[in-house]
Amino acid sequence: MAEKENSRNCVLITGRTQAQTKGMHLGKTGDFYANAVSVAVMHPEMFKTMGVEVGCTLRLRSDSGEISVRSESDPGMPADMVFVPMGPVANRLVGPDTGGCGMPSFKGIRVEVTPE
Amino acid sequence: MKNMDSVVCTFCGCLCDDIKVSSKDDGTIEIKGACANGKGHMEEYDPSPVSPAFRGEPVSWDKAIGEAASILKNARSPLFYGLSSTASEAQRKCVALGDRIGAVIDTTSSVCHGPTGIAMQTFGEPTCSLGEAMNRADFLLFWGCNPMIAHSRHFTRYSLMPKGRFVPEGRKGRRAVLVDVRETPSAKAVDRFLRVKQGCDYEVLSALRALVQGKSMEAAEVGGISREELVSLAEEMKGCRYGVAFFGMGLTMTSGKDLNVGQYFNLVRDLNAHTRFSVIAMRGHGNVAGADAVLTWQTGYPFAVSLAGGVPVYGPGEFTAVDMLARHEADAALIVASDPKAHFPAEAVAWLDAIPHIVVDPAFPLTARGATVYLPGAQYGVDAEGTYYRMDGVPVRTRAFRERHRPTDEEIFDRLLEEVSR
Repeated sequence: MAEKENSRNCVLITGRTQAQTKGMHLGKTGDFYANAVSVAVMHPEMFKTMGVEVGCTLRLRSDSGEISVRSESDPGMPADMVFVPMGPVANRLVGPDTGGCGMPSFKGIRVEVTPE
Repeated sequence: MKNMDSVVCTFCGCLCDDIKVSSKDDGTIEIKGACANGKGHMEEYDPSPVSPAFRGEPVSWDKAIGEAASILKNARSPLFYGLSSTASEAQRKCVALGDRIGAVIDTTSSVCHGPTGIAMQTFGEPTCSLGEAMNRADFLLFWGCNPMIAHSRHFTRYSLMPKGRFVPEGRKGRRAVLVDVRETPSAKAVDRFLRVKQGCDYEVLSALRALVQGKSMEAAEVGGISREELVSLAEEMKGCRYGVAFFGMGLTMTSGKDLNVGQYFNLVRDLNAHTRFSVIAMRGHGNVAGADAVLTWQTGYPFAVSLAGGVPVYGPGEFTAVDMLARHEADAALIVASDPKAHFPAEAVAWLDAIPHIVVDPAFPLTARGATVYLPGAQYGVDAEGTYYRMDGVPVRTRAFRERHRPTDEEIFDRLLEEVSR
């Protein structure tokens, strides 16, 4: 996909976080869980190149769907990658194709990231 | 006050069996020795009796079991999914129920280490127990996993830190390397972190295999890792006394999937030409290894098994839950101790919402919201006893430290089996 002025083409990976697990124990129908899985994490430099502040709302779009979530930064992330905790929010971006093995690609999804 | 030692935490595949629980006279409990994940798992569960529900309304157990049995009996293509956070005694009964009505049975393995199962069947798995890792390993390789977050006591109990029979110095006697696409909290605990480019695990593993086999390498880097780093890692692995390679979703969920894991197994096999090396998958749910084991001894296959034709047929991609739901091939579902509405792609969830589905779970997961029938059983390891399998395949008997007021999953499946057999 062609990159717009303040958007970036990134690779999405999903995974476990401490907050996501805590939310799971407190109850997945509660606010803590919903908040814990509604975040996108990127390298600090990504925010600078996009001209936005950490904490802004980001829109992530893949071939399967679109989400709007708050943002956080993590210097441990590679520059071209975005991380969203595993859960129902991230899974709107995940396609159901399993390549014949049963496992969808929860990591390595091409997404367009745009500030809102 | 009543104290109980050696309680087993049933949250993750580590099954830590050294937890101390104090039950106070006022009914509160204190958990000592568990990680944050385990503590939450044991403390947040309320063992009070909960009414089952039919279409969101509380009903009697007789009514709920009757409605659930009716859904299962009338289904032409029922799908059973989950099973990884319940005891093997219940898993066994659930397979019997599936056999009786001709269901497809899939476990959370299919969105976890299902690709590992396929790789195991294709290439073989040179493995060992966590006890061997703890007592013998002087070199640890972690690939695509984040134990600090997902298996919080793995480092301290089984791999990195403990003093072992042949590693008396503990942490000082071990070298550890982590390969991952991002620098997670686990990277700070190891001696060396290597960042692999997302989706390039297979290439890097192939390069490492070539180097371990004594071949030379001309490329300056593979998958974001320099030749010097790869050569040095290959030499370090060949030179250790006993190595153990752990791995997680970084290999199974990314492109390549079962082929990535197969190449990881092959690397470990190649290393055994030089030293002793083993591999262990970091299994997530407390008894996902048990689900694999039970399905294998009952049907011959670890997941994605159809019993529709009267004999077990294995079919990852065909009888796996995401595929069946996304293709609208299931017309009813029994979801056991798992949460596909939280962990499946949205398209698969949409079809699950469109068909009658029964949820058996001690908690109220997202999948229970909108479920046709909800059956809340006891929580094994808190108010029920049962057998769980650790990530290395070792069975552990869990203990109950709270009084039980709910039926166990095993009892629920017994009743369903009786009802569908009428």
